[in-house]
Amino acid sequence: MVNYYVRRTARVFATIFMVASLTFVLIRLLPGGPYTLLRAQLLRQGVPASEVDARIANLQNIRPDAPLWQQYLDYMMALAQGNLGESISLNEPVVSILASSAPWTVFVVLVSTILVFVIGIFLGALQAYWEGSRFDKLFSGISITLMSVPFYVVAVLALYIFAYQLGWLPTAGTVGNGVERQLSIPFVLSALEHSVLPIFSYTLGAIGGQALAMRGNSIQVLGNDYVQVARLRGLSDRRIATRYVARNAILPMYTGFLLLLGFRLGGTVILEQIFSYTGLGYYLITALNANDYPLMMGTFLVITVALVLGVYIADLTYSKIDPRISAGDSDEAY
Amino acid sequence: MKPTETNGVDWRSESTSAPDVTTRERLREVYDERIHTPLLVAWADWRTRLGFLILGGYLLIALVAVLGLWREPSTSQAPRYLMLFENMNYPLGTTASGTDLAALIIHSTPDILLMITAGAVWATAVAVVIGTVAGYKGGRVDRALMSFSDLVMAIPGLPLVIILAVTLNPQNPILLGIVINISYWAGLGRSLRSQVLTIRENDYVEASRTMGVNTPQIIMKDIIPNLMPYVTVNFVFAARYVMFASVGLYFLGVLPYSTQNWGVTLNLAYSGGALFSWSAAHWLLAPMVAIMGLSLGLILLSQGLDRVFNPRVRTRMSGTSSSTANDNDDDRVTEVL
Repeated sequence: MVNYYVRRTARVFATIFMVASLTFVLIRLLPGGPYTLLRAQLLRQGVPASEVDARIANLQNIRPDAPLWQQYLDYMMALAQGNLGESISLNEPVVSILASSAPWTVFVVLVSTILVFVIGIFLGALQAYWEGSRFDKLFSGISITLMSVPFYVVAVLALYIFAYQLGWLPTAGTVGNGVERQLSIPFVLSALEHSVLPIFSYTLGAIGGQALAMRGNSIQVLGNDYVQVARLRGLSDRRIATRYVARNAILPMYTGFLLLLGFRLGGTVILEQIFSYTGLGYYLITALNANDYPLMMGTFLVITVALVLGVYIADLTYSKIDPRISAGDSDEAY
Repeated sequence: MKPTETNGVDWRSESTSAPDVTTRERLREVYDERIHTPLLVAWADWRTRLGFLILGGYLLIALVAVLGLWREPSTSQAPRYLMLFENMNYPLGTTASGTDLAALIIHSTPDILLMITAGAVWATAVAVVIGTVAGYKGGRVDRALMSFSDLVMAIPGLPLVIILAVTLNPQNPILLGIVINISYWAGLGRSLRSQVLTIRENDYVEASRTMGVNTPQIIMKDIIPNLMPYVTVNFVFAARYVMFASVGLYFLGVLPYSTQNWGVTLNLAYSGGALFSWSAAHWLLAPMVAIMGLSLGLILLSQGLDRVFNPRVRTRMSGTSSSTANDNDDDRVTEVL
């Protein structure tokens, strides 16, 4: 067992290492990559040619004149020390931009994904229990309709109605302009107020899919023999619902939850742009539009690391939730 | 242990001579079993019917565009800001630059259909291969494949697509579909693997294994059929993801504007201030309705198909322990009516 956890942990580091290498490849080797652009940009700004290389080295932790392996080593060493270079467009260390933007993204994605999961499971279970009833039909219809609405459409409509027309909620930003960025009641209230619309639009569309998945799983479990046996044994409905049905129906959705989290982290690129919500996705697009490669790769790496950790947690806890699946070791090869 | 001719006993005589069927008969059987009957069952479900009708509608629209039955969109081809149905020559109205909105929507359709099909086929095909092989084989193969999908999955989808789109600048809709779904298979493959892990513990799989059926056949005959509901549903999800992502990325303005797309229309409407005045609301709504309609069609189809492939979804939670086979037949009859 211990062996498995060690191996799995090693894999996390290996994955992060590989992805960091990939960002190096993207930065360094892609045609028309940042070097040509950056060099042209700096020269246009009137930076003397002799200084350009030094500036690039400073911004990106890479010395352009060094051999490739040396550049790679420098880059990885800097990364290992938590140095992601300096943002070109914002003139700030990338790390400090990420530190101030990541919490907003994590907050919105986490809250909305948990909401999606909880509401979806609840609705799906009820639908499965009353399969074929009017409630089931109504909510299946609603779920299907919700699934066909992309979140950015909800976002644009919500922005139009609640922010521009009714003026109930702010149109942009993470907190109000006059609010000081420190932990205080007005700050928290303002932050909540600003997060309502992003969370709402990111939650609504995704509930339908989750509910339908849970409904399908539950119905499948309800058809199983052991549920019939449990019924014959005269176990209480509540015990059957929680111990037998819910547990087995939620299980396939559990890894799905962490994957969902990952996909949705990426989706914030669009969401945050619509609400001008200054999280990771917002800075990714800002960086992209400004050819700010250090910042772009920094946001990319942070989102990546979050995802790797999510899957890692899923793997470690999976065997705890599903006794049928033994973690790793006894996993015989066919 | 191989039976040879010298030992006088033809071990295989039974299996070679017994089924005296021609290829045509076998094909017919396969057609009946795999295509005809499932389609009948699928058609009996209103969701499939509606889904097929909607998708058929989009195909017709695509055909209209390909055959050139509707004018190409161009600026100043009509009065500016015509409302919905104000002028029946331009039923969906026009944009701020006097472009026929109906033409924009219609001429976007073929490329979008190509794009989502390409992306979905790519994602599900790779996922099924990786997921089933990893889950069934286990051991080192599993570890290698899962490490690989972990790596791919560790790269956030949309941001990667954005970076790839900016550097590769894909113009071909098929290529664009694959780029958008380039890492989509990883998550799907992983969940398929976890399903295979439970399926492979089933008695019939073990039976096949003890009988010495080879791995590809077990995967094809025993495992993949069990995954079909999940795969078909996820095929549709993958298609939907391509559409949502592409429209969203066009909306952000990060994909090359070369192809006409509803997202481009949406972007122009959004940046053109359609959000602030009712007179331009149709400009924003038309592409939204087009997106949601196609998405609705796809989802209805997946829901209906789920019933075809997944007989267990049909079993009801009836208190009686009557045989489920009878229940199914009753179901089918009532649903045809």
